Order: sequence, then C-alpha cells, then structure tokens
Amino acid sequence: MSEPRSGEHPVLETHDLTIRFGGHVAVNRVSCAFGPGTLTAIVGPNGAGKTTYFNLISGQLSATGGTVKLFGEDVTSLSAPQRTRRGMGRAFQLTNLFPRLSVLENVRLAVQSHAAMGLNLFSVWSSHVELIERAEHYLHRVKLADRRDALASALAHGDQRKLEVAILLALDPDLFMFDEPTAGMSVDEVPVILELIHEIKNQGDKTILLVEHKMDVVRSLADRIIVLHQGELVADGEPAVVIASPIVQQAYLGLAGHE
Amino acid sequence: MQRLLSGDYPRSRVLGIVLVLILAGLALAPFVFPGTRSLNVAAKICVFILLVASYDLLLGYTGIVSFAHTMFFGLGAYGIGIAATRLGPTWSGLAVGSLAALALSALLSLAIGLLSLRVKTIFFAMITLAVASFFAILASQLSWLTGGEDGLTYKLPELLLPGTKLLEAPLLGVVISGRIVSYYIVFAGALCLFLALLRVVNSPFGRVLQAIRENDFRAEAIGYRSVVYRSAANCLSALAATAAGILYAVWLRYVGPDTTLSLDIMIDILLMVVIGGMGTLYGAVIGATLFVIAQNYLQDLMKLASDAAAGIPLLPSLVHPDRWLLWLGILFVLSVYHFPAGIVGRLRGNK
Ligand SMILES: Nc1ncnc2c1ncn2[C@@H]1O[C@H](COP(=O)(O)OP(=O)(O)OP(=O)(O)O)[C@@H](O)[C@H]1O
Ligand SMILES: [Mg+2]
Repeated sequence: MSEPRSGEHPVLETHDLTIRFGGHVAVNRVSCAFGPGTLTAIVGPNGAGKTTYFNLISGQLSATGGTVKLFGEDVTSLSAPQRTRRGMGRAFQLTNLFPRLSVLENVRLAVQSHAAMGLNLFSVWSSHVELIERAEHYLHRVKLADRRDALASALAHGDQRKLEVAILLALDPDLFMFDEPTAGMSVDEVPVILELIHEIKNQGDKTILLVEHKMDVVRSLADRIIVLHQGELVADGEPAVVIASPIVQQAYLGLAGHE
Repeated sequence: MQRLLSGDYPRSRVLGIVLVLILAGLALAPFVFPGTRSLNVAAKICVFILLVASYDLLLGYTGIVSFAHTMFFGLGAYGIGIAATRLGPTWSGLAVGSLAALALSALLSLAIGLLSLRVKTIFFAMITLAVASFFAILASQLSWLTGGEDGLTYKLPELLLPGTKLLEAPLLGVVISGRIVSYYIVFAGALCLFLALLRVVNSPFGRVLQAIRENDFRAEAIGYRSVVYRSAANCLSALAATAAGILYAVWLRYVGPDTTLSLDIMIDILLMVVIGGMGTLYGAVIGATLFVIAQNYLQDLMKLASDAAAGIPLLPSLVHPDRWLLWLGILFVLSVYHFPAGIVGRLRGNK
C-alpha cells in the first residue's frame, strides 16, 4: 500500500467527477488534484455542492461519472469503509455520532478501526489498554477529556463538533476532510479546532480539505482556495488572488457584481 | 472471574444474586429438583438460555430482526435426530449429525446474510420468515427423512439412556442414571456456549456490532464494512442456535416440528429476549428462566386458583388453566410497558 505513495502521484485526484440527482447536477465534472502537505479551502454558496463533492470523494455517494484516485489508485468503485482504510478521513457537516455510546467509545471505535482490530472476536475489548489510551489522547487534544464517560448525545453542540473532530483524528488518515468544522460553535471554542487543523498542517505530510464559510479562517489557514458554484469548479488558486477575483466576489460573497 | 465473564459484571446486586441462584439451581437441579418433570424444565431452561442469548446477539446487539432463528435451532435438532435414526445410536453418529448440522447452518446463514443483509431491516425480516417457513414445510413434507408431523423418536448411545445406571448406590438419594449424564451434557454445553457468547459481545467485534446498531452510516465512515459484521453476527448466532438444537435433541430423544421449528417458539424467543432485556445477555438468562417456568407451572397455579374460586361467578373461568396464554400475554404487555429495557435494564437502573 505504501509503494504508490512515493510522491509521483498527488494524494487525491478527481477527474470529471459528476453526480446527478434526477435532472439536477449537484457536482459537475470537477477535476482537481491535491498534493501532500497542502491545505485547500473549498468555498462556495449554500447548495454549491461542497458536501456532495466530499461525499463523492469519501464514498458516501457513488458518482454518476468521473473518477476518484487516492495515491494514484482508482478508488471510484470502492465503498466508504474501504476508502477509509486506505487513508481517507471525514468529519461531517451535520454531526454524525454514535449517540448512545460514551464519548470515549465513539473515539475508541475509530482507533480500533485504524488498528484493524474489528474482527477480533475472542479478547475482551477493555483488555486492549493501548486503544483506550490512544482514544483518551485524542479526547485531550480536542479538550473533551473531562467528558469521556458522558453519552455522545448528552454533549452540547460545540462539544459534539469537537468529538466529530476527535473521531477524525483517531483515524489518523493521510487525507483529512473537514466540512465546516466550526459551524455553530461558540467563539471561544473555535480556536481549539483551528489550532488543531494548524497542527495537522504543520506535520507537513497530511493533505487537508476544508469547507469553510468564514473568510478570515480561510485566509489564515489555506494555501489554496477552490470555488464551487452550482456544482462546477469556477476558480482555483492562491487565497489572495481567488478572494479578489470577480467571480468570487460575485458568486460567493454575494456582492452585486461590478459597477 | 474477570476472564470468565469477559469483564461484563451484572452491575446490580439483585441481578447478581438472581443469576447466582439460577446458576446454582441449574447446576444442582438433579439433586434439588429430582422429579422427571422438574428436570425436564431445568434442561429446557438451559437450552433456551443459550437459544435466547444467541438471538439477543442479533436483535439486541446488532439490531437485526430475524425470524429464522428456530430454523437453525431445528437444523441442530434434526441433525441429531436424523443421524441417530440413520446411523444408529453411536457417538460417531451424533458427531456426524452435529457437524453436518453446524456446517449447513453456517452455509445457510452466510448465504442469507450476504444476499440480504444489505437491504432494509424489514425486508431482511421478511426474507428470513420466508426461508424459515419453507424449511418448516420441507421438514413436514420429507417424512421419509424427518418423520413428517410426527417427528422422530430415536435411541442414543447407552451412556445417555435413562435405564443406564452409572453408580451402584444412589448419590445423595439420587440414582445416577444416563438421564443425569444427559442433563449435565446439556448444562455444561449451554454454560460454555453462553460464556463464549458473552465473550463475543464484549470483544472488539461485539463493540463494532453495537456501533453498527447505533449508526451504521457512521460505522461505515470510520472503516467498518457493516455487511461483513452483520453477516458474521448472523452466522455466529445461527451456529449457537444450532448448538442449542443439538443439546435439546440429546435431551428429548425426540425431534419434531413442534419442539423446534414452529413459529410459536420463535415468538416465545422474542418474548424472552424482550422480557429479560435486549442488548444484555443476562437478560436472556432471566427471560428464559421466567418464561419456561411460567409456561410449565402457570397452568398448575391457575388450576389451583380456579378450583379455589369454584362457586364464585366468572372468576373460575377467568383463571381456568386454558386461559394461561391470555395471562402470559397480559404479563408480557405489562412488563414491556413498565420495563421497556427489560428486567435487567430495570435492575441496573437505566431507563
Ligand atoms: N442525496 C441527495 N439527493 C438529492 N439532492 C441532493 C442530495 N444531496 C445533495 N443534494 C443537492 O445537491 C446540491 C448540493 O448540496 P450540498 O449539500 O453539496 O451543498 P453545500 O455546498 O454543501 O451547501 P452548504 O453550504 O449549505 O452545506 C443541493 O441542491 C442539494 O439539494
Ligand atoms: Mg455542505
């Protein structure tokens, strides 16, 4: 598995990636490549197809056309769990947890998946102390350690968002996909998440895709911005350039075009 | 103890005491309840604890609704019955019958699982119902093999027959016959397999099953292929049910549609799981014990009450023994209403 990762291929590539819902084309022939150690922000108005683009990449939806390649390998026909095990990790826009399991267990399950221990039938789960310790470590990183025994459903919204991120960290993926990770968080919680994303970026070998509406966040974190509009890729480049471009001013920031 | 129970303690003093009492009662049944009938009840409790626990692995832990559980139970029982009639009452015959039944169950459960566990819960339930009905019809039609509606009565190896005396003198006032040996085979088999199931539900695998039950979309997103886990759970559960069928057939020395395959038994299993408490194997112990005892003694109790109430209008007919199912139904509705998490859930104090 590590062989094709030698650097010849980008970490992730999409080629003419398309999905149609009935007559509506939600993602329309999006071609893009993402290299290691980069953080790309994906922006676009509501309904532009950002989440759908993520769903196509991580396998929650199957494409009507086009391909997804991970480290040069065509993964278009693989299921979501298969893609996860090849190094993709996803934090969802709409918080998506195991509500009646404990906070720790939510993370431990992800650690256990990463350790490929799921089909272990004959040992007691609690005897694998190293998995529990790693789960605790990730809870520490998102500042949720004190809530480890609460049920996930009992957490406040901001804490659920943090747990969502902890699960993503626990998968230790090569490709991180954050879908509006700070949406609905209170101002004092936002820095926790942004700092984490910053740390991941500074590791240097991870690829990060970040859907984010807040332009100041995008400006401070992203190396590159791509803009989706009505399912199409309409701009791609350095943050300052893209943000200043007329198409973004018009399409995304909703400013009324040029005088 | 920690290893034996896989770290899954009763977590309630009352529950712990009740479980110990049930274990002691079953372990000493031939000496404490020596009558033929009470030993029958004890053996049936052992078998049903295993059967209900294996069903809870599906329903309570994985969230799969299946109506094919009695089919696997029946496969085990018919495996013994057919082997004993065809190959004679030998140990090797029993082994062949058991292994064939287990192999067939594994294949069948994997086939059903892989073909249909991708679909919605309700469709899976319907498919299992169809397959199970088909098997029940098959068993009654192939009478040259299965004895049809009459079933099969067969002999077992001599060691297991009631006429065999193992000790010259009675032990603690009980004659140690082949019947007692059979009972302890059933008891030990059920106990070992129950502990094995307890290990499975507390293993890393068991944890994934619960995650899939809670949110299969999310379980897939973190890398667990739910169809693989569901199929594996379905297969393990089927194998345990088959083993329960094997033990039951060894005990009864008879197999027929009414003892294993019928839909009535399927409903009984459902009731036992729900009464005891879904998603905890100790619930199976409590549910099966209560239910089998009620099934066997409620009628007696009602006869007493009915006789005592003779002369009072209406009351005798209300508590007439023939109404026992009605009363069981009322008990069931009340218990589900008042303890939605089952008796174990109630004892552990969660809502
Ligand atoms: N499963 C689906 N079935 C039908 N239509 C869908 C489905 N998923 C998304 N869509 C449609 O595709 C379009 C893109 O939706 P998407 O959720 O990707 O937008 P988004 O860019 O993430 O928006 P937001 O910023 O609000 O999160 C929308 O018009 C949406 O209604
Ligand atoms: Mg979205």
